[in-house]
Amino acid sequence: MLKFSKEHEWVRVEGDIGTVGITDYAQQQLGDVVFVEVPEIGRTVEKGGEIAVVESVKAASDIYAPVGGEVVEANTALADSPGDVNADPMGKAWFFKLRIADKGDLDDLMDEAAYGEYVKGLE
Amino acid sequence: MTDAPSSASLQRTPLYDLHRELGGKMVPFAGYDMPVQYPQGVLGEHLHTRASCGLFDVSHMGQIRLTAKPGQDLVGAMESLVPGDIRGLKPGQMRYTQLTNETGGILDDLMVTSTGDHLLLVVNAACKHDDLAHIRKGIGDRVEIEPMFARGLLALQGPRAVDVLSRYASQARTMVFMTGAVLRIDGVECYVTRSGYTGCDGYEIATPADSATHVARLLLSNEEVKPIGLGARDSLRLEAGLCLYGHDIDTTTTPIEAGLLWSVGKERRAQGGFPGAAVVQKQIAEGAPRRRVGLKPEGRTIAREGAEIVDGAGKVIGKVTSGGFGPSLNGPMAMGYVERAQAANGTKLALVVRGKPVAAEVVPMPFVKHTYFRG
Repeated sequence: MLKFSKEHEWVRVEGDIGTVGITDYAQQQLGDVVFVEVPEIGRTVEKGGEIAVVESVKAASDIYAPVGGEVVEANTALADSPGDVNADPMGKAWFFKLRIADKGDLDDLMDEAAYGEYVKGLE
Repeated sequence: MTDAPSSASLQRTPLYDLHRELGGKMVPFAGYDMPVQYPQGVLGEHLHTRASCGLFDVSHMGQIRLTAKPGQDLVGAMESLVPGDIRGLKPGQMRYTQLTNETGGILDDLMVTSTGDHLLLVVNAACKHDDLAHIRKGIGDRVEIEPMFARGLLALQGPRAVDVLSRYASQARTMVFMTGAVLRIDGVECYVTRSGYTGCDGYEIATPADSATHVARLLLSNEEVKPIGLGARDSLRLEAGLCLYGHDIDTTTTPIEAGLLWSVGKERRAQGGFPGAAVVQKQIAEGAPRRRVGLKPEGRTIAREGAEIVDGAGKVIGKVTSGGFGPSLNGPMAMGYVERAQAANGTKLALVVRGKPVAAEVVPMPFVKHTYFRG
């Protein structure tokens, strides 16, 4: 299952683990990404809490947790290759994985079709 | 295509239509609708300029021509406004200097070129109308002041700029850094200086307004040349350790605090005669209370403008005035003001980013070596 937030994060759900990244629309808006600060493993976060930071040449942007939970893995490879966020935002450039505390959090998120419409409305 | 209503009050340079055609992402800047980047993106544009050649539209900056009124001393009049050595300029030479106020603060920084008959000034876009009023008030009785704000101004920057421009005007090759000459580019009479604000070798090319697009298209037709927006212009000048007016320098900073002593003429340090000279001379003799320094944060966290600078004890001792990612440096860099005691190279400090201190060191500038052509 793949879901999207209004803040342009995506979460891919496999069992009770959610993998989180930012969307293609988000990376286009940010421009060239030069640094990503991923969360420490073991950190817990509420849905909507600040959990990571993306630095582009233009500005720093907070990344919010689309669902609450405990961080179980972080993509530390992004430190060496932040450009992956521009090149492959939905693949190689995932930010972190968390154990989802309450799957009910997913209900507020959009599916791919709804997110596509949402982005169209912003352009 | 229609323009957003918010852009209606913005001015346009002669190259506006070309920017749109080239896919420039337009943003408001100093009252103008300007390209911040093109489809290549800031990172690519920056690296392209350092490796090859970039073309920038800087027509929004103000060009002003000063000519002596009969029986008046043009150079003396100009020196009453700036601390730079204008008298020492031979025809065709240019200098960087500042318009100062009575407390030694900087009203604007500018380039002054002597043509022998005239002085040509290039001032910042956001300051140009104030500068004009200031110059009129100060020396309007002695000099004719001709604003040429509609003219085009192109910056051709990077190691291949010399090859590109020489194809149209062979004289470009032998010009040295900080000199200017009238060159004909495909029949267009331009005033060209070997200068810029990127730390690279390159040129600034002043054109008649109605020829700016023609000259820009001609230069862009060379495979080495790509259009570059304001985003990369900013990261290039920061890597070069150059001040941005309104950020790194303003009316509250003196040339000495800003580390611009080199631009204050040697004789003028002794003789003064410019606004705020007493303050500037005192700071030269005794040291300025604070200094602009280069800062290299550890790791890759970027400290941007406004970030607090703290000492080992956690005491706030200054603020970052420019900060960002340096594509050629491949890492973060910043400049800001610190108290004199902490301004020495190698001093360990910290920059507060998102509430957390990031270790940083005072380092010499430029962050990336200048490659000016000095002959």
